[in-house]
Amino acid sequence: MSFAAIDAWWWPYLFILLAGWLATDCWRYLGVYLGDRLSEDADILVFIRAVATALVAAVIANLIIFPAGALAATPLALRIAAAIASFLAYLAAGKRVFVGILAGEAALLGGIFLFG
Amino acid sequence: MTNDEDNQVATRAGGPWLWFLRGVAASFSIPGLILASAFVGFAGLAREAGLTMAETVFMVGIVWALPAKVVLVGAILSNTTLLAAAFAVALSSVRLMPMVVAIVPEMRAPTTRKWVLYALSHFVAVTSWVVALERFPTVPRYRRTVFYAGLGATLVVINMVVVAVVFSLAQNLPPIVGAALFLLTPIYFLTSLWGSARERAGHLAMVFGLALGPVFHLVAPGVDLLAAGLLGGLMAYGWHRFARRRARA
Repeated sequence: MSFAAIDAWWWPYLFILLAGWLATDCWRYLGVYLGDRLSEDADILVFIRAVATALVAAVIANLIIFPAGALAATPLALRIAAAIASFLAYLAAGKRVFVGILAGEAALLGGIFLFG
Repeated sequence: MTNDEDNQVATRAGGPWLWFLRGVAASFSIPGLILASAFVGFAGLAREAGLTMAETVFMVGIVWALPAKVVLVGAILSNTTLLAAAFAVALSSVRLMPMVVAIVPEMRAPTTRKWVLYALSHFVAVTSWVVALERFPTVPRYRRTVFYAGLGATLVVINMVVVAVVFSLAQNLPPIVGAALFLLTPIYFLTSLWGSARERAGHLAMVFGLALGPVFHLVAPGVDLLAAGLLGGLMAYGWHRFARRRARA
């Protein structure tokens, strides 16, 4: 049963509630419950954080390699170059996210104006 | 300092409403601005995935954590089933649990009621968490829950408005602005995710995930996120164990 499976106004909200809210807030509630029972650097948490990070990274890569909408009309090489420019600028600026975002956007727009 | 003295200090430093407002003010900051720009990108992404404005604004309020929402929209885009979508979102949200574990002892005063902590935990996501931990030392312990309520609630409401506004403007955008908008989400996470990694294993997991995501998208669409997350995470964790053993030897 996918997001588009049931043609009723309430289905998307139920889908978001179950796959979004429940799947997210259960961890927050568990966090309150565990309180200070778990050490921050417990080994199981290293594994859990690694899986979560790899999963979000996979989403990032897919959004750049297989984008939707207007971004899909730009060349793949330009999107990858913009992502790399963004990351390098972020590192060079002492890990400032805002600088990374500006550099990535500038690279993308510059590329579109130059080659588009 | 005893709790009673601490409470008196808190009273002298200002009442609950003052600290609530200070929490509200703390959301108007550079991290808050970065978050809002990420939500501009998210609104474009959700719109492209075919969600309505009401569904997207609902998602912002009820889920809140941006990675969870991006994964959820990604799952909707690949037409995943409810169960697989919930599983992928749950995996992406596990990271919230240790964050809550870390913030609760900082926020709790001896008289704090349990339900207050459960309710406030909904606001825990990267930005509010970072800002709160940074500001808590200047907030009296008895005012930390109201401070965090002001900070968290303001961030949620502002970004619900941001998403609604961008949604209604996005249909008239020229393609080049649309392209710039859709690039916002991936580059926001590309940079902030690297910065939030606690240990080397986190950086490795990110590199593995970036490489495996597109590969699994081609060979195993539908379970691509789960497969890339589990395999990438396992490889990074394996390296973590290996490096620690070698450091001991």
